Amino acid sequence: MSDFAATARVVRALGARSIRQTFRRPQLISPIVVFPTLLLAIQTGGAGAGIELPGFPPVQSFLQFMLAGSMMQSMMLAGNSGGIAFAVDIEMGFTDRLFAAPIPRFAIVLGRLAGTAALGLFASIWFLAIGLIFGADIEGGVPGALLAMALITASALAVGGIGAAIALQTGSASVVQGLFPLVLVVLFLSSAFFPQALMVEPARTIAEYNPFSFIVEGVREPIIAGIDLTQTLEAVAAIAGIIALGLVLSARALKHRLRVG
Amino acid sequence: MEAAAASSWRADLATIAALMARAKNELIRVPGAAIPGVLAPTIFFLGLNGVFGALTQLRGFETGSYESFIVPVSMLQGAGFTGAAAGVNLARDYEAGWVDRLLVSPAPRWVLLSGNVLAASVRALVPATFVLSIGFAIGVQWPGLDGLLICYLMVVATAAVAACWGSMLALHFKSQSAAPLMQAGMMGLILLTPAYAPLALLQPWLESVANVNPLTNVLEAARQGFVGSVSWAETWPGLVALAGLLVVLGGLALREMRRTNV
Repeated sequence: MSDFAATARVVRALGARSIRQTFRRPQLISPIVVFPTLLLAIQTGGAGAGIELPGFPPVQSFLQFMLAGSMMQSMMLAGNSGGIAFAVDIEMGFTDRLFAAPIPRFAIVLGRLAGTAALGLFASIWFLAIGLIFGADIEGGVPGALLAMALITASALAVGGIGAAIALQTGSASVVQGLFPLVLVVLFLSSAFFPQALMVEPARTIAEYNPFSFIVEGVREPIIAGIDLTQTLEAVAAIAGIIALGLVLSARALKHRLRVG
Repeated sequence: MEAAAASSWRADLATIAALMARAKNELIRVPGAAIPGVLAPTIFFLGLNGVFGALTQLRGFETGSYESFIVPVSMLQGAGFTGAAAGVNLARDYEAGWVDRLLVSPAPRWVLLSGNVLAASVRALVPATFVLSIGFAIGVQWPGLDGLLICYLMVVATAAVAACWGSMLALHFKSQSAAPLMQAGMMGLILLTPAYAPLALLQPWLESVANVNPLTNVLEAARQGFVGSVSWAETWPGLVALAGLLVVLGGLALREMRRTNV
C-alpha cells in the first residue's frame, strides 16, 4: 500500500470515529442540530415581519433568508464541538497513543477535520431540507444548493482547523467549550441573521469587515437569488484565509503538543 | 407536640439554608462557572439589539427602543440558563454520589429540592443585574421602581421554574448528558413568546404558540415598565402563570426525587 493510501485510510478511520462520537453524545450533537433549528424557528417566527422593512433584499420569505445563517451557526458549532472532542481525546490520552503509532502526525489533525467537514455537510443538508419542507425555494436550483453545501463544508473544515489548534495548544476541553459564546459573538457581528444595511451600529460596521459575512453572503445568494460569481469568489477567499490561519495555528500547536506531551 | 413541629421546621429551614450556602460557595470558589450563564444572555442581548434593532421601524411596534424591548427577554433567558444549570449541577452531584448521601439523610425530599431551586433563584440575580446594567449603559429606559421590582420577581420565579424543570430531568436521566434538553427546553419556552416583536407582528404559527405559552404572560409582566406603564392587569397573568408552572414542574420534580432510590 502506498504512503498516500495508508494516510488516507487513517484519515478516513479517524474522521468516521469523530462523526460516530458526535452522534453518540447529546452534548456534541445538540449544538449542531437542536439549537440552530430552534433558533431558526424562533427567529423566523419572531422577526419574520422584518422583510417588510425598506432596504430588505427581495426574498420569498424570512425563512429563505435565514437558511444561510442557520447553516453558518450549525457549521461553526460543529467546528467548536470537534475541538471539544479533540481536547477530550487529548485529556484521556487517546491522542498520545496516536502520536506513538506509525502514522503521520498531520493525519491525526486531518482525520478530526474530515469529521468536522462531514458534519458541516450534514448541517447544510439538514437546513436545506428544512427549508424545502417548509416551502422555501432554492433560487439557484440544484447547482445553487450544491454550491451552498460545498461552501458550508469547506467553512466547517476551516473553522474546525482553528478549534483543533486551540485543542492542541491548551489540551483542555473546558477551554475549547469556553469559546462557545465567541461563536455567537462572531455570528451576531456578521450578516448571518439580518441584512447588514439594516443592522444597528456598531454591529453594522463590524459586519461589513467580518470574513464570516462574506461566507454567509456567498451561501445565501444561491438560495435567495441565484449563483453570483463575485459573491462566491469573496466567500471562497474568506474560507481560504481562515483555512490558512487554521493550518498555521494547527502546525504550531501540534509542535507544542509533541513537545509538552 | 407543637415544639417538635417547630423544631422540625427549623431543621428543614436550616437544611435549605445550608444547601443554598453550598451553591453560593460554589459561585465564590469557582467564579468561572458562572461566566457562561452571565455571558450568554449578555451576548444575546447585545447581539439581538444590533441585529434586529431596525424592527422598531415596523408599524405596530410599541416602542422605539429595541434595547428596552429586548432587555427583559435576556434577563429571563439568564434566569432560564441559571435554572437549567441547577439541573446540570444536580446531575453532576448524582454522578459523584453526593445526592445519595443527601437521600440517606433525615431531610425530607421537598427540602432537598427546595434548597436547589431557591439557590438557583438567588443566583439568577447575577446575570439579570449584569444584563440590566449593560442595558442601562446603552440606553434602556428606566422602568420605574415598581416595574423593576416586578421584573426581578419574574426573573427569580422563572429561575425557580427552570430549576424545577432541570432537577426533574436530572433525577429522571441521572446523567449530565441530559443538559442540552434542560437548556433547550427553557430556551424554547422563553423564546416562543413575543420575545423579538409584539404579538401582532409575529408569524401566525408563533403567535398561536405564544398565545398558549404561559411564559408570554411572564414576559409581558416583566417588560411592561420598560416599554410603558405598570398596571395590575399586565402583572397578575404573569404571577398566575408562574404559580401554575411552579406547582406543575415542582410537583413533577418532587415525584422524581421521591422515586430516586439510593
